[in-house]
Amino acid sequence: MGENLRLAFQGIWSHKLRSLLTMLGIIIGIASIIAIVSTIKGTNEQIKQNLIGAGNNVVEVQLCVDDRALEPEYEAIPEGVPVITEDVRDRLEQLETVESATLYRQREYTYNTYYQNTSFNGAITGIDDHYLEVYGYQVPLGRPFTQRDYDEYHKVALVDQAAASSLFNGENPVGKVIEISGDPFTVVGLVELTSTSEPVITSYSDYYTYVSSSSGTVLIPATLWPEIYQYDEPQNAAVRATSTDDMTTAGKKAAELLNANLSDTVDPTYTYQSTDLEEAARSLQQMSATSNQQLIWIASISLLVGGIGVMNIMLVSVTERTREIGLKKALGAKRGRILWQFLTEAAVLTSIGGLLGVVTGLGLARVISSLTGTPTAVSLLSILVAVLFSVVIGVAFGLLPAVKAANLNPIDALRRE
Amino acid sequence: MSRILECQDVSKDYARGKLPVPVLKHVSFSVEEGEYIAIMGPSGSGKTTLMNLLGCLDVPTSGKYVLDGEEIGRLSEGRMADIRNQTLGFVFQNADLLPGLTALDNVALPLLYRGVRKKERRRMAAAVLEKVGLSDRMDFRSNQLSGGQCQRVAIARAIVGGPKLLLADEPTGALDSQSGRQVMELFRQLNEEGITIIMITHAPEIAAQAQKRFLIQDGVLQEEATTA
Repeated sequence: MGENLRLAFQGIWSHKLRSLLTMLGIIIGIASIIAIVSTIKGTNEQIKQNLIGAGNNVVEVQLCVDDRALEPEYEAIPEGVPVITEDVRDRLEQLETVESATLYRQREYTYNTYYQNTSFNGAITGIDDHYLEVYGYQVPLGRPFTQRDYDEYHKVALVDQAAASSLFNGENPVGKVIEISGDPFTVVGLVELTSTSEPVITSYSDYYTYVSSSSGTVLIPATLWPEIYQYDEPQNAAVRATSTDDMTTAGKKAAELLNANLSDTVDPTYTYQSTDLEEAARSLQQMSATSNQQLIWIASISLLVGGIGVMNIMLVSVTERTREIGLKKALGAKRGRILWQFLTEAAVLTSIGGLLGVVTGLGLARVISSLTGTPTAVSLLSILVAVLFSVVIGVAFGLLPAVKAANLNPIDALRRE
Repeated sequence: MSRILECQDVSKDYARGKLPVPVLKHVSFSVEEGEYIAIMGPSGSGKTTLMNLLGCLDVPTSGKYVLDGEEIGRLSEGRMADIRNQTLGFVFQNADLLPGLTALDNVALPLLYRGVRKKERRRMAAAVLEKVGLSDRMDFRSNQLSGGQCQRVAIARAIVGGPKLLLADEPTGALDSQSGRQVMELFRQLNEEGITIIMITHAPEIAAQAQKRFLIQDGVLQEEATTA
């Protein structure tokens, strides 16, 4: 075996240009697969990071019609859906995998909020006293809502960074008075996510996933909600799971609990459903993966062509070395030894090609990443699979030439000059 | 002296198209251990075919060929490879060294097929290279050696495994006369040391060195009257 390897390297080295050209198909094939896989992996990690974002493990549970969230600004509130009480919130918090829970109401797009002549188009959220803690908001400027704000219906508001910059243009928001549905609200503080991860936005869809989860919002005490919207509007719940892996479970359990709370008279198309960010990430990842999977197929064709190239050159090599094979047989080399020699040579050739392909692919991934801004992530597994696969190609496509060499009749082989 | 090989009524046909063409016709002869035999004949006479049969590279169409007590026609391919490796030594007209290997590695090659360990292979190869007078050329490749040196490396390769029978096919055919004489001297020495030699040649002065001479013509072998 060691001798075969040595001979294989020697053979490849003595025909440098030919070997390189032979390997080219394998190099290109492996390189494109590595580059594509790295891009898929990078994109997936980006999607996940953007969606799950802050890493605060929050799952929102919303009232849905069929599979779509109910939009109370346009739709009638169904009969028999109760306002979720604090008692229910306590039960949510006692669920396994749930760390804490909050209740809130939200309009995703407002059209009646102003500061002087500036209108605000973000979300407006009516929050309970758990909201900031559950979402991991800090109040670096001003103060959070107090119990008195809730109890005494103070018209106060908190703004997040995005809302502050769109409303006040960089000025200190604390103390400013904004108008919501014609009522004046005093901004008492600025909120900020504790662990903000910078979103990576390279395309419109990235922007959309990011924006839909974290566009600017104005927060007001939930007790004031009926002043500007409807009184019996059902609330949404959000739970913070104990870990990212538990998000799905926590969301499902919370939805179950809230559904059990619905009265029997409610139309069964209305249910509480958890918006699982991880699941959303997965489906987005799936989408990018399927489109890239087709690229992998195309790259595989180049591997096939590369393999055929290897077979072709190995056949040429067998013909060229007929005399050598004959001589070796005359000296007592058996069929198996000749077979192994050529198989080893083909496998060494393609695995060198595979390694070069991996290096080229990683370089290519970097170039793609710097040109288009698409992130890439190196997958060790894919490198391993690629190299292994190129060895397999060598053996598969080297088999025919090797068998041909092994079956050469020594007399015919020796007659050849 | 014991008999190293015996051919009894050996014929060999080659199929050219549909008709079998006889190349060797009823060849019978035997060689005792330690003999030095020359087989002469013009080209196309069947010399090389006979050589291939004697060298276990081919099997007879009919007749019996016994080498060192084994009937060759009945053996498996693997066993024939073993016999080529252990009982026989080949020297071809062109030394046929592998260009990628050094003289030492070329000589050691048959030992590799026998499963001898690397260190031992190199030691044995170095010993026979010294014997053929090339101990200072061990690490040279064939393109760095003269024709005569190459042929001596090839002889070293043929004898490294301690063969009972050395088969040489026109070993001086491609050499200048001085190198040719050196090579022939080497064969004579090896024969004196007890190795049986069968040499194919068409040069009478080369054949003159042998103890027995056979002439092959149109596939028929006959012994020449001994002159020595």
